[in-house]
Amino acid sequence: MELPLLHLALVGTPNSGKTSLFNALTGSRQKVANYPGVTVERKEGFFVTPQGRQVSVVDLPGTYSLRGRSPDEEITRDFVLGKASGETVPDLVLCVADSTNLRLTIRLLLELKRTGRPMVLVLNMFDIAARRGITVDVERLAKELGLPVVTSIAVRKGGTADLLKLTDEISARLAAEAEANSWRALSVSELRATQREADRIIADCVSLPARPDTWTARIDAVVLHPVGGLIVLTLILFVMFQAVFAWAQPAMDLLKSGFDAFGEFVQATLPDGLLQSFLQNGVISGVGSVIVFLPQIILIFLFILLLEDFGYMARAAFLMDRIMGGAGLHGRAFIPLLSSFACAIPGIMATRVIDNKRDRLTTILIAPLMTCSARIPVYTLIISAFIPARDVWGFINLQGLVMFGLYVAGITSALVVSFLIKFFMLRDYAPAPFMLELPDYKMPRLKSIAIGIYTRAKMFLVRAGTTIFSMMVLIWFLASFPQPPAGATEPAIDFSLAAMIGKALEPLLAPVGFNWQIAVALIPGMAAREVAVAALGTVYAIEGGKEAAEQIGQVLATKWSLATALSMLAWYIFAPQCASTLAVIRRETGSWTWMAVTFFYMLVLAYAASLLTYNVAVALGAG
Amino acid sequence: MTNTNDTRPHMPLGLAQRGYTGVIQHLSAREAGSALSDIELESRLIELGFVEGARVEVLHEGLVGRDPIAVRVDSITIAVRRREAMAIIVA
Ligand SMILES: Nc1nc2c(ncn2[C@@H]2O[C@H](COP(=O)(O)OP(=O)(O)OP(=O)(O)O)[C@@H](O)[C@H]2O)c(=O)[nH]1
Ligand SMILES: [Mg+2]
Repeated sequence: MELPLLHLALVGTPNSGKTSLFNALTGSRQKVANYPGVTVERKEGFFVTPQGRQVSVVDLPGTYSLRGRSPDEEITRDFVLGKASGETVPDLVLCVADSTNLRLTIRLLLELKRTGRPMVLVLNMFDIAARRGITVDVERLAKELGLPVVTSIAVRKGGTADLLKLTDEISARLAAEAEANSWRALSVSELRATQREADRIIADCVSLPARPDTWTARIDAVVLHPVGGLIVLTLILFVMFQAVFAWAQPAMDLLKSGFDAFGEFVQATLPDGLLQSFLQNGVISGVGSVIVFLPQIILIFLFILLLEDFGYMARAAFLMDRIMGGAGLHGRAFIPLLSSFACAIPGIMATRVIDNKRDRLTTILIAPLMTCSARIPVYTLIISAFIPARDVWGFINLQGLVMFGLYVAGITSALVVSFLIKFFMLRDYAPAPFMLELPDYKMPRLKSIAIGIYTRAKMFLVRAGTTIFSMMVLIWFLASFPQPPAGATEPAIDFSLAAMIGKALEPLLAPVGFNWQIAVALIPGMAAREVAVAALGTVYAIEGGKEAAEQIGQVLATKWSLATALSMLAWYIFAPQCASTLAVIRRETGSWTWMAVTFFYMLVLAYAASLLTYNVAVALGAG
Repeated sequence: MTNTNDTRPHMPLGLAQRGYTGVIQHLSAREAGSALSDIELESRLIELGFVEGARVEVLHEGLVGRDPIAVRVDSITIAVRRREAMAIIVA
């Protein structure tokens, strides 16, 4: 007889290695990082035990209790208690503990026992515990707790062998074990009593050498120094943005010349006509011009992944708490906002760890103002076309400096918006508490960094192949039809639909210095920001005819005034040009209103910023 | 672990300087003036390991108003604001 699917759930305090364990068991690649609150969603995966039992395992957000104080903790509570609609309660709960830090997990485990679910305690990170000289009397612990205890090293090959073996043993006798659920929220005195009980058990079963992680202490002495820490943080961010500009260049040049050669090859081999134009102008000039930015995207993700894996993120949140508080932001908002530099979507998801509704909403509303990686192509294209690549003060690249300035502009405007929200909408606001565990530093793991980058690069390329590609087909079509009448002397594109649309919109955008080609690029650019770059590539390639084998950057430098270029940069600091971000805001706030508010406030800011930039630039003679 | 330490006066952890070490005597959420209700604040503190008898050490403090503070509680480090730390009475 085929046994039914066995349902496991991974529960535990934040940062104890649940997702690492999930990945090790199922071969998945869910996000792992060294700070509390990485996982904010429920994720199911499957595996087969050595004895052939089919198992489903669910990874859950970390939590200190079943009270469910924030949206991510509610997910865990509802799943464990079987409140989630249409979900089966887990057959077996794996309570995952960081072996170097058992106090909080054992307390949680004593609370979990009241749910009556069969449970196992997994002593994860046992390698670190062993290295620190922590010894655990596993048998005695199992007896004291009245449930099986197993050690594991989620990040090492074969580190989950014992857990797999135990799962097989337990699954054979499970049905008999489930008890009635007697869980209810613990009162303060019950909480205190369970913590005492946990401390007693730990004192009996675990011997701790009085040797805290000396590396962590030494690094923190610098990184958490009141003044030095802030200097380090600024330096890290500065190097990050400089690097995105300077270090990626060789790889980008390589990709660029690859696409150029490919374009010339297509032009030389295919006969003149629509197919040649489609491949050369639509696909290669369009999609190719976006793919060129892959090295920069990889670099920014590399930086963020390294900071996350090392354990720096929680420190940065600590340093920034009071400073952000001045702008009405919560310290826990720092990590979501910093991840928004990569992409606002995971950033907005990560706000689930913020328990106060107002703090969370404010963070969601300003997350799209952080300069996400999709703006990099737009910024880079314009900067390299209009800003000379010289060094200032001998070592800082001027182009990198402008890029840094754009990031700073994004951050500053986010802080101002947040301040205004606090000032006008939430005046009776008392600051919600900030309490955050600062985990010990860990050496970033090559494998998890590689997986993180691979996932992101793949996502970017898939987007280039789908969203951007289909938008390009559309633009190419609009820019190519209808074809000019025979004997026309103007460029063919002047007769096209794209020109008609662009020229209809031009009066609206003329005050900010945008010509009709930009207007055409901005509309499909609503789908995703990079599309604008591709669209400009296609429009100008078609307009330029055969000679336009040159780079889009050089074309822009001849067609736009400096004022227009600067105005475009200002536009992109604010413009709400990302359909997926808006969709996530709608989902996470559960309201169309907040989505609309985000869209309009950003659009208004974009227009105002461009208007100002353009007119100031023209007045200074850059028109 | 001892709960009593007669040689030192009791004080809220929220007033402690960097380098301070002591033992938690009791929690008193009412004195903290936190935005949370007394019960909620006390529950959260206990859930992070701030219970009577735990050893605490103030490891780091922030720049603005020397706030928040990073506190070693037995084997982990927790960042809290001084406002909430006022509820933790140490000696
Ligand atoms: N050395 C070692 N590191 C581990 C082990 N398990 C996890 N880690 C590391 O611990 C950190 C946290 O791991 P995660 O799997 O993200 O923890 P989590 O419990 O899912 O965390 P949340 O989702 O925030 O609740 C990561 O840096 C992992 O690489 C282990 O067994 N040994
Ligand atoms: Mg996780």
